[in-house]
Amino acid sequence: MSNQVPLQEGLFTWPSSQPQLLGSRCSQCAEAAFPAQPDCRSCGSRDTQIIELGDRGILWTWTIQTFMPKEPYLSDETPETFRPYGVGYVEMPGGVRVEARLQANSPEQLKIGMPMQLDIVPFRTDENGEQKMTFSFSAAEKA
Amino acid sequence: MDVAIIGIGLHRFGRSPDMSGMQQGASAVRAALADAGLSWADMQFAYGGSQDAGNADALVNELGLTGLQFTNIWNGCATGGSSLHAAYSAIKSGEYDLGVVVGFDKHPRGAFNPQPKEWGLDDWYGETGLMLTTQFFALKTQRYMHDHGITEDALIRVSEKAFANGSLTPTAWRQQALSYDEIANSAMISDPLRKYMFCSPAEGGAALIICNADKAHQYCSNPLFLKAAAVRTRHYGSFEVFAPSQAMKVADAPTVTASKAAFELAGIGPEDVDVMQLQDTDSGTEIMHMAENGFCKHGEQEKLLREGATGINGSMPINTDGGCLANGEPVGASGLRQVYEVCVQLRGEGGARQVPNNPRVGYTHVYGAPGISGVNIITR
Repeated sequence: MSNQVPLQEGLFTWPSSQPQLLGSRCSQCAEAAFPAQPDCRSCGSRDTQIIELGDRGILWTWTIQTFMPKEPYLSDETPETFRPYGVGYVEMPGGVRVEARLQANSPEQLKIGMPMQLDIVPFRTDENGEQKMTFSFSAAEKA
Repeated sequence: MDVAIIGIGLHRFGRSPDMSGMQQGASAVRAALADAGLSWADMQFAYGGSQDAGNADALVNELGLTGLQFTNIWNGCATGGSSLHAAYSAIKSGEYDLGVVVGFDKHPRGAFNPQPKEWGLDDWYGETGLMLTTQFFALKTQRYMHDHGITEDALIRVSEKAFANGSLTPTAWRQQALSYDEIANSAMISDPLRKYMFCSPAEGGAALIICNADKAHQYCSNPLFLKAAAVRTRHYGSFEVFAPSQAMKVADAPTVTASKAAFELAGIGPEDVDVMQLQDTDSGTEIMHMAENGFCKHGEQEKLLREGATGINGSMPINTDGGCLANGEPVGASGLRQVYEVCVQLRGEGGARQVPNNPRVGYTHVYGAPGISGVNIITR
């Protein structure tokens, strides 16, 4: 099996048996952000801390990306193998709505307000054979 | 001091394969100068911009090296609005009496492909396919429909009206009216938005000759007056394009604040506007912008569209030339095309698409990445 590495450090805790999205919270006004920001966009404070935003949330809005984006999109796909993907904003218990790819890719599978869970999934394999992992959401399994 | 618009020029939007974007900008300037009966050498200043077609001040190579002050403006989709605002301020300040505003562009086919770094974002955001304007407008429209009871019927009617208006506009790129069913059955691009509900990147140029209103009658018998020009950016809490996350708290969109500022400057309200241009990147945004600009309440659009209120003969004619949907979007020129069309309507020169009853007050609104809005109010 190929080596798996995060597409970008600092977006989620991984590897982990229960990965969490990472963000930041302002020590002054308590607003949260994703990805983690050194400066607070709400009050301008420079005093922010990295926090876990959670691994479950509620779907706030969604769409389906039906055509393969031009660069800077960088996947292993070709126009022939491109598979449409869902995109949504998920309301996280950490207090912020996070934009993410969704595993579901047909309208019948998606509904505003549905519970979602975080998955860390392979996105592409780079020239060294390393699998780049990214964050994604799917319909939450019943707890 | 008031600011007058005494000349308007357009280089037809769409595709001009034999011309560079810059040449299309020069073509628009020449048309605006001819309309005003002035020459390039009369211009004391210029503001202009484009996204993909080069530095606007290189237009002097086409138009003449007269030594005028020429400032390049690049402000995303509000480039035209920002150029006009700069010219408005230059006249208001008393520094200049007469100048030109120009926007032009020439984009390759297909959706825009912005680079994350240029917008203060990390590469992964673009690499994983989250940084598309089409996607954002679909996401915002989807939520708006959910919150305000808007149905697909409204989305279809916006496009139907846009292409009907385009068919009456000799300078429009898309001049073929589309039926309700053709739009309703077109391919789904980004749910809930279909193929014929999106505008396309395009080419074109637009220019305006701006003048101190006290001197306008020296040049022109029918000046129009730019009563307000306002540009605003996003607040913390507004839902904007290119946002890896959004706050839970809700703030007014930049369109709301730009619109309020413009109405305040002009000393009038939305009920006084006779003809308007609202940014219609897609049919969902036109619907949202109707309310964000104060022309109706959120949710009322469904009924207004069903009743034809936004058509040329309706109570609130929107995008009489077919808007971005029928003209495409050359980013640098698009905001000035809106002003051009409102001027045509206020002069009563709209021909087959002329709004009846001698419209007196026009309104233009541009919106775009990364959450910026520009509003102008123009009167006779």
